[in-house]
Amino acid sequence: MRIIDEAVLEDLALGAAVLGTGGGGDPYIGKLMARQAIRDYGPVELYTLDELDDDDLVVPTAMMGAPTVMVEKMPNGDDIVNAFQSVGKYIGKPIKATMSIEAGGLNSVVPIYCAARLGVPMVDCDGMGRAFPELQMVTHTIHGISSTPFAMSDERGNTVLMETISNLWTETFARSVTVNMGAMAMIALYAATAAQLREAAIPGTITLAEEIGKTVRRARLEEAEPVETIRRSVGGFRIFKGKIGDVQRRTEAGFAKGDAFIDGIDEYAGQRLQLSFQNEHLAARIDGEFRVTVPDLLAVLDVDTGEPITTEGLRYGFRVAIIAIPCAEKWRSPKGLELVGPAYFGYDTDYVPVEETYKPQA
Amino acid sequence: MRIGIDVGGTNTDAVLMDGAAVLSATKTPTTANVSEGIATALRRVIADSGIDTAAIDGVMIGTTHFTNAVVERKHLTPTACIRLGLPATVCLPPMVDWPDDLREIVGGNAHLAHGGHEFDGREISAYQPEEVRAIAGKIRDAGLTAVAISSVFSPVNATFEEQSAEIVREVIPGANITLSSEIGRIGLLERENAAIMNSCLRQLAARTVDGFKAALDELAIDAPFYISQNDGTLMNADFAKEYPVLTFASGPTNSMRGAAFLSGLKDAIVVDVGGTTTDIGVLQHGFPRVAALAVDIGGVRTNFRMPDTYSIGLGGGSIISPHPLKVGPQSVGYELTEKALVFGGDILTATDVIVAGGSEDIGDKSAVADLNAEMVAAAQARIMEMIAIAVDRMKTSATPVPVIVVGGGSILVTGAIEGASEIIKPQHFPVANAIGAAIAQVGGECDRIFSLAELSREQALEQAKAEASERAFNAGAAAASIEIVDVEEVPLAYLPGNATRIMVKAVGDLLGG
Repeated sequence: MRIIDEAVLEDLALGAAVLGTGGGGDPYIGKLMARQAIRDYGPVELYTLDELDDDDLVVPTAMMGAPTVMVEKMPNGDDIVNAFQSVGKYIGKPIKATMSIEAGGLNSVVPIYCAARLGVPMVDCDGMGRAFPELQMVTHTIHGISSTPFAMSDERGNTVLMETISNLWTETFARSVTVNMGAMAMIALYAATAAQLREAAIPGTITLAEEIGKTVRRARLEEAEPVETIRRSVGGFRIFKGKIGDVQRRTEAGFAKGDAFIDGIDEYAGQRLQLSFQNEHLAARIDGEFRVTVPDLLAVLDVDTGEPITTEGLRYGFRVAIIAIPCAEKWRSPKGLELVGPAYFGYDTDYVPVEETYKPQA
Repeated sequence: MRIGIDVGGTNTDAVLMDGAAVLSATKTPTTANVSEGIATALRRVIADSGIDTAAIDGVMIGTTHFTNAVVERKHLTPTACIRLGLPATVCLPPMVDWPDDLREIVGGNAHLAHGGHEFDGREISAYQPEEVRAIAGKIRDAGLTAVAISSVFSPVNATFEEQSAEIVREVIPGANITLSSEIGRIGLLERENAAIMNSCLRQLAARTVDGFKAALDELAIDAPFYISQNDGTLMNADFAKEYPVLTFASGPTNSMRGAAFLSGLKDAIVVDVGGTTTDIGVLQHGFPRVAALAVDIGGVRTNFRMPDTYSIGLGGGSIISPHPLKVGPQSVGYELTEKALVFGGDILTATDVIVAGGSEDIGDKSAVADLNAEMVAAAQARIMEMIAIAVDRMKTSATPVPVIVVGGGSILVTGAIEGASEIIKPQHFPVANAIGAAIAQVGGECDRIFSLAELSREQALEQAKAEASERAFNAGAAAASIEIVDVEEVPLAYLPGNATRIMVKAVGDLLGG
């Protein structure tokens, strides 16, 4: 067990932006909520999965909806507590802890608010090891853990509880209810025991995010090469360095999609990388050939500062370094690839793990 | 004729302009009482040109005074905040993200009430006038008269803010009230922060603007005067008393506008080379391109539209180490005239390299005569490469664009810049800020989320343009001169009904200016 205090929170939010692979929502509001709760109610205990008893029940908490709305209509705070407690009430057993369902972006820090307010611990794991756009896209789904009983609460005190036949249906219904609630809701879902999570969750991701954040912060202070430092800290691969040329965007079914074309510089001169995104960076083609795709992570970083660049932030003239990070092993199973592989997002290619395409880099 | 004045932290600059001609220009130290420095500068430009003060049509003043007040925590009036949005937003009350010292000075008097809207215009909860009245009573009893009012999604619907203001005025006669919808954009905390800072600054603004007026009266100038805003447009003196917060960051904007004017270009890259850093900005339709990111003022996050500038550690004082070749980011800064080789010092700077290269003759040329010619050439090439990369980073497409070079360190630009169609080094570049103030127009903005399920894209754009034009008119623009200078559409993820954020900016010439 260790403690999440304000200093840890800062690093965690910074690292979560790298794991957000260009999406996942701006952690700023989530970080403020968590910070305020830590100030008001004290720091949060972070347990590893091994420190829990087999039967301990863990319920992840998160925010669902439009990041644009969250910066305007901030949550009440009771809403997230209501969602969390409703799931416990429905199951009829005490809940031991909460966790993050998505270590990349905003939802890495949202559960800290809930944990601080209720004095429950948080568990050092998540269901993605990155950010993904839909709620069935978690390793829990691979292992047959249901997203229901699913609770979503608004600031008015409304809570909607669901039982569904599949996690995809939960996504479908939840999307509609979110709109009724004002395009934003606080949710609690994927209740599971510690024993189940040892199989199904991705362990250590909160610590990983914190370590990445710490690395970036130190590299900036020391003016060391932040990009290389980040790459080494995540065990990633250099795949490209270049200048963003054309950026094409379109909106389809509520998702912001598009492609950025990046012209190589230095050792990549003469090559062209096509970066495809849908809320997150999803696939990279070099000179027309797929080199890295989901579920592996693509981090687009400012060449000088190592600052992660979001899909909205891609702009002509930026000089970027692209690193690929191997995804959690669970995503590489047939079931995992069915959920979040290149085919699900409409890319006509087979998934090849990044470390098979690229040689190990020191 | 117009007079432009830039009141900076160190210098107060003034220019007298007749149409496009600069008749006289001056630089004087900024005084503790800002008006004295302004009076001195005015006296000089008028005396230098010998004109009759009756010929002056307008005086335009750009000032960092209000920004500095927040940064230095001086002259701030304790201010209460009422936010309408219950039961939402409770977990992050007003001023939650402020530095502790500033929150204490401002009083930390924050209240939440029912009201607010959803993104699509529905009410979050019913507005309760009696609740607001009770809060206003508490604020009055605390001895406060300055109040900021915010409401969730007030850029979409500001009714609740307006109704609350009426009640506060009834309870606290003469209250100084700022509505968040009058100042900021989507982003509740940032918009609310700006509204609170605005009410905090109003007493100071009234004193300062009256001081400006007194300085003009002293010189028998009875022309109207205006203050520059952060977007490069003007507000009249009365409006400036009401909205001092809108002057934040007007300095860099004026400098870029001045560069545009001096060069005669509306679309270009501006490279401002100083002693330690070089700032690169983009002119679009004669205005600086604005940054998309949040900006901190004195530790408080706001969403003002600041010029999008990119800074690199390169200037006239940049220190050069020859083996291996490294230019900056360390700099001798303001000590250039003591430490550089050509000024008898012992540090190799970018200025020394330029003099050694033969394109400039500054200080003692013999002090750099022995420098290795290859190293000098390599350093000059490196400087140009740094500028070229920074310029390219700020461009929006690969098409070559003109580059305007201003600032004291502009001697560093010695050759062609890759991607630049031409390089212009205009006259009068040291007073570009004051010129930017002198030539400013007035403007208005619209920034809202439209649902394109109900409106066609064209209708939404028309509506946004009409709103922006109306605001420009209200700010004092001559109706016939109003034009739309910027349109930005951002489709929003996860929102139904093809929700799109549309930002439009309109500007026009000053009525009678």
